[in-house]
Amino acid sequence: MSAQPAISVEKLNVSFGDSHVVKDLSFDVAAGESYGIVGESGSGKSTVLRVLAGLNREWSGEAKILGKSQPKIRDRAFYRAVQMVFQDPYGSLHPKKTVDDALAEPLAIHGIRDAEARIGRAMTDVGLPTSFRFRYPHQLSGGQRQRVAIARALVLEPTILLLDEPTSALDVSIQAEVLNLLQALRHERKLTYILVSHDLAVVAHMCERLLVMQFGRGVEEMSAATLAARAPQTAYAQQLLTASEGFRRHA
Amino acid sequence: MRAPDTPLEQPLLELDNLRVNFHTPTGIVRAVRGLSFTLGRERLGIVGESGSGKSMTGRAILDLIPHPGEVLADRMVYRGQDLLTMDRRTRRKLRGRHISMVMQDPKFSLNPVQTVGEQIAEAYRVHHKASSREARERSLAMLEAVQIREPARVYALYPHEVSGGMGQRVMIAMMLIAEPDILIADEPTSALDVTVQLQVLKILDDLVTSRGMGLIFISHDLHLVKSFCDRVIVMYGGKVMETLQASELEQAQHPYTRGLLGCLPDLDHPKAKLATLNRDPAWLA
Repeated sequence: MSAQPAISVEKLNVSFGDSHVVKDLSFDVAAGESYGIVGESGSGKSTVLRVLAGLNREWSGEAKILGKSQPKIRDRAFYRAVQMVFQDPYGSLHPKKTVDDALAEPLAIHGIRDAEARIGRAMTDVGLPTSFRFRYPHQLSGGQRQRVAIARALVLEPTILLLDEPTSALDVSIQAEVLNLLQALRHERKLTYILVSHDLAVVAHMCERLLVMQFGRGVEEMSAATLAARAPQTAYAQQLLTASEGFRRHA
Repeated sequence: MRAPDTPLEQPLLELDNLRVNFHTPTGIVRAVRGLSFTLGRERLGIVGESGSGKSMTGRAILDLIPHPGEVLADRMVYRGQDLLTMDRRTRRKLRGRHISMVMQDPKFSLNPVQTVGEQIAEAYRVHHKASSREARERSLAMLEAVQIREPARVYALYPHEVSGGMGQRVMIAMMLIAEPDILIADEPTSALDVTVQLQVLKILDDLVTSRGMGLIFISHDLHLVKSFCDRVIVMYGGKVMETLQASELEQAQHPYTRGLLGCLPDLDHPKAKLATLNRDPAWLA
């Protein structure tokens, strides 16, 4: 990577009280790349994402985003460039706000004027009929809600999307639609993704490179091709891969 | 309990044309529409997406469908005993003792203000005449059987003090202490990490093999069901799309099953774009 990375994390450490949840983590993500972070619960993968998104202020180390070293409290320009999509579309949308409210809010915060046109465009981009604009979350299916969450992230036209298990609450057929949508958006807009997931097949499908985490440490960084070739170097990554292939009798 | 090699005169469970309906102000919701199967001493998988009626099937067998739901069937027989004509008291005695269910999430299914050990012991004493001391010993042995190290320590823990995988094993221990013939496991591992998931499956698998239990394994995970079960029922919109041997799942003929398999990302067959599922209204006709 000769060009400057879009995201560069150096010796990131996060502690909550006595528990040290992210330990000396370093990685780089190139502009336009899709980077996966996999691991089991408690491995610290979501915490890394929350630090990058500015949602967690207790950390040390260095996080450079788009060449700029990030302070604990981010400025408004940061949020125009970096947006996050959360795991559970049932929890991340306000139940008493319509789709229109959800999409208008980030625009109002950033003082963007052509809200009307932008909301319409964001909805079309994620494949939601504009007739859904004044619906409430309970009037939408899980897949449609996740599309609203993606539209809300895209409405500010960010360059980096942080995706925290964006499809794990969805049925497989809906997962396929959402993953296709994310792929298409990335190619159209040259977006940079960090995708956190526990599903190795999803990460291999979406990302060029990935990092395996365990107990807060980066265990192994590899390419998706290495994963598909079943050729991770470390025992833990190998174990995770075997476990994800289903049950083996007499194993 | 019978030895597992006792010849089997009759199936454990026979189900013919099971229907679950909910009468709502806006019309009847048909959650299950005519499901039939026979369960032997085997691992039967029921797969489907949310809303396919797979969990409702499990609950209907146990008579756990809440009001205003109604359960109808042409035949529902547990080892020769007709469940449909049975009075509620007898049915309740059967539940937990002979037919038992493991729920999805230990966080919501365990009593938060009772230690896990007491909950297991209680399950035993409900179904068996036993002193509290004997129930405790049984519970400790059961915790050991589901591979919990230091059972005496875990016995005294409250649900919030155990991990997800341990909580799930506690629930399995609680369901199995009465030695049921049929265990209905509703997504027993989907709240767990993959490595823990495999340990829990191993325990269930051993129980089917060693005790000759019949297992109904409800899941949305096709890969898991394929590798774990003997037979699979694929449900969609409350109807059975097809029933097939788990080993033949890859060769499934039904477009819905094919569609479900096709939309999964696959390490070995990377594709630029995932297939999406076209639902045919004729499937529900």
